[in-house]
Amino acid sequence: MSMEPSVSASPSPQTETPVVNDFSLTVATVNGSGSQTSNLTIMRAIFRMGVPVSGKNIFPSNIQGLPTWYTIRVSKDGFVARREEHEIVVAMNPASFAQDVKDVVSGGLFLYDDSIKSPIERKDILTYPMPVKKIIRDFNVPSNLRDYTSNMVYVGVVAYLLGIDMQKLCQALEFHFKGKQKAIDLNYGVVDAGYQHAQKTFSPQNRYRVEQMDKTAGLIMTDGNTAAALGSLYSGMQLCAWYPITPASSLAETVLEYVPKLRKDPETGKTTCVVLQTEDELAAIGVAVGAGWGGLRAMTSTSGPGISLMNEYIGLAYYAEVPVVIWDVQRIGPATGMPTRTAQGDLIECAFCSHGDTQQVVLLPGSVNECFEHGWRAFDIAERIQSPVFILSDLDFGMNQWMTEPFRYPDVPMDRGKILWEGDLERLNGDWARYKDVDGDGIPYRTVLGNRHPRSAYFTRGTGHTEQATYSEAPEVWEKNLDRLKKKFEFARQLVPPPVIETTPGAEIGFIAYGSTDSAVQEARHHLAQRGIQTDYMRLRAYPFPAQVGDFIRSHARNYVIELNRDGQMHQLLSLDLPQEVSRLTSLSHLDGLPMTARWIEKAFETQEK
Amino acid sequence: MSQQIPVEPRAQVNLVGFNKNDYRGLPSTLCQGCGHNSIASQIIAACYELNIVPENVVKFSGIGCSSKSPTYFLSRSFGFNGLHGRMPSLATGALFADHTVKGMGISGDGDTASIGFGQFKHMVRRNVPMVYIVENNGVYGLTKGQFSATAEVGLSLKHQGVNPYMPVDIAWEALVGNATFVARSFAGDPKQVKELIKAAFSHRGIAVLDIISPCVTFNNQETALHSYAWGKEHEVTIHDVAYVPPAEEITVEYEEGEDKDVTLHDGSHIILKKIGHDHDPTNKTAALRILEESNNCNCLLTGLLYVAPKEPSLIDLYDLPDTALNRLPESRLRPAPETMQQINSMMF
Repeated sequence: MSMEPSVSASPSPQTETPVVNDFSLTVATVNGSGSQTSNLTIMRAIFRMGVPVSGKNIFPSNIQGLPTWYTIRVSKDGFVARREEHEIVVAMNPASFAQDVKDVVSGGLFLYDDSIKSPIERKDILTYPMPVKKIIRDFNVPSNLRDYTSNMVYVGVVAYLLGIDMQKLCQALEFHFKGKQKAIDLNYGVVDAGYQHAQKTFSPQNRYRVEQMDKTAGLIMTDGNTAAALGSLYSGMQLCAWYPITPASSLAETVLEYVPKLRKDPETGKTTCVVLQTEDELAAIGVAVGAGWGGLRAMTSTSGPGISLMNEYIGLAYYAEVPVVIWDVQRIGPATGMPTRTAQGDLIECAFCSHGDTQQVVLLPGSVNECFEHGWRAFDIAERIQSPVFILSDLDFGMNQWMTEPFRYPDVPMDRGKILWEGDLERLNGDWARYKDVDGDGIPYRTVLGNRHPRSAYFTRGTGHTEQATYSEAPEVWEKNLDRLKKKFEFARQLVPPPVIETTPGAEIGFIAYGSTDSAVQEARHHLAQRGIQTDYMRLRAYPFPAQVGDFIRSHARNYVIELNRDGQMHQLLSLDLPQEVSRLTSLSHLDGLPMTARWIEKAFETQEK
Repeated sequence: MSQQIPVEPRAQVNLVGFNKNDYRGLPSTLCQGCGHNSIASQIIAACYELNIVPENVVKFSGIGCSSKSPTYFLSRSFGFNGLHGRMPSLATGALFADHTVKGMGISGDGDTASIGFGQFKHMVRRNVPMVYIVENNGVYGLTKGQFSATAEVGLSLKHQGVNPYMPVDIAWEALVGNATFVARSFAGDPKQVKELIKAAFSHRGIAVLDIISPCVTFNNQETALHSYAWGKEHEVTIHDVAYVPPAEEITVEYEEGEDKDVTLHDGSHIILKKIGHDHDPTNKTAALRILEESNNCNCLLTGLLYVAPKEPSLIDLYDLPDTALNRLPESRLRPAPETMQQINSMMF
């Protein structure tokens, strides 16, 4: 959390006008100390109080020992992007203590484990020492559980100071421990002990308060990887091959978790979804491509380094026309990068994945709800165009909790694309050709293994091939085939989700963004509007770009393309696709591993507008 | 260089009504005399004799001379010529699509023992149900004569000098990788190749056939371990292999105590008539021992080294419906609408 200097946006200690439901609480702990449960509990309780909330885990690539920060943003206006200010800091980690003291805003609250003996030089903050060890000892927590439960002490102290409903905290614990009463009782007991201690020791503060609202009714909280896994299962996905990688692992793990619940064959009770952990990403994509070729809805989930490894098979799938869905839960790169930090840096890599002339369909979910929706829709697109379809999520979506509308059941039947079975071939008298453009959309018909018609089989290859799938090195055959693939890609513009466009009367400026930066963009637009600057907004949801994208850009003299990467990759893609509109496009991009903030967007925008 | 894979011209049909032409492929574009062509002929013969319906086989290959050969047989079977060294993963995924289809992979020593070593080992370890033939010639043919990882130490090749490295033994790697069927054969011994292919097709699990298949263009010097001449001179067959289909009477002369009879997954038998060794092919330790001994005594040991007919294959480990997965309709794949509410209620 020490990445930005703290700037006070809070009331001065003297005025004591309470800030209600509009601040950030950051907990600094040691990685692996079990603080995630405590932080989720606070966040969920606030959510249950009807107050919009979000959580961002800024954690190290480490199992145990390095500093980690969890920021809970409480926002009555519903802004869930990262903020750079920390009004309340809970310091549990001696190693980051000095920095944590500096990071709290002037007038803020500083809670700390009183076993940390470092000096606190600041006089402009309220400090609350918490006797964590004593409370745990007095509560008679069994010694083997002391480390895990000691973080519950600050939950109670925070609840007292901010006015968080204890009943809602209890509900959050019941959810977390899945109704296991012993664990609930123990943890809630410690929370309550922390609360009681705070009540006895600290005078009430009136600077930051959480108060009941009704803004979260009907919403759920979940993470993007869970949403993606569920969306995949509702697509009817039949095979998921994967290799562990942060931050994508929990996607496939969640698929595995829900297969028994969601994918029992209603006729036989047997399983209809195969999950296979392979030896590496080369094999994961190989298995998925094999299954896609065999007529299964097949997927893999990975992150940037995995995409690098998968390039060759993805190129083969593009060229041999095999449907497959590839989730890239992006982390910062190049190279190993920072595995636990977020980015939107794989866009170009995915859009042109593999050597030679390739163009890939890329879906860009802009919320965890869209992670679910794109999760099933991607298969309809992949099977329709017989080509890989990427879905770009990122660590911020994938591993953080987000409020969202409940998931909506797919509103269209599965589209299995142009697939011919025995009966179809009978009707055609066996007269078909695998790579022939019969319908004028560039998309040929296919058969899959297991088809017993004597004319069903064809030989698939990554080498030059004719319409009949026979080997060819003829220049005109190659060119015609590649031109057809291009045509297919052009056709995909009508299939992919169109952009979401928001217009404001009188706006001359267009904002363009995608993915997890949406919340920061919305907040920046709100702030700019308060200053009299109206903006229109286009949230892109896919590449190739549907026609509306060009229309939006043309209707604004200045369009700012906002994204979380160094090189302005979406700006590049738009410039390539719409070269005549380049002068209307300005890139606002940066990347340091942390989620986008409204403040960065506003500053970058204002610098450009000067 | 185009040549037809030789097959008998007779229009005789097998039990499922096919003649041998129904198992043929396109003319081979490999060199005259290539061991791979001989193997292709034996695949055609074995499938014909096994009464396999061509549509019930799916072929896979990687990259290299060997990997081109699936177009030279079984034109009526689906096939996928995948990536160099990465065919095992492709096949693993595809075989889940329809568990009633028999898988057959054709690879080479470069494809299996170098670039694809990892995928080979993991395919073996997972017991992917397929026949996996390595056409092993110790040399890279398509890129014109570089050493492969199975080339013997001291082998001298034009433009390449002398190979300083120890070779990879594919049969050995398969055995230590827990393969459930491992055989070695020699393209110059077509009868044995054919019987082993038949047995491999009857095995439920990975069946690795490491077939020494000489490269007449780049590595057929008399002293080379992958040449016809050396193979003919040094081949030691463990046993005569005779395949007996399921439900057929065993008419092979069989000596109790001397010969071995192994019942395979589909009820077929392999009768192993003792020649030199008294080898029990269900004993892995013995298989490793005779393999090591044969390598030490400079001979090409051929025959069925090891078989474990009762191990579950990868696909058996999943509780899949009897209907092929790729034929399941939407009603059996997409969860029912009422589950959506339950799922949402499981979120916080």
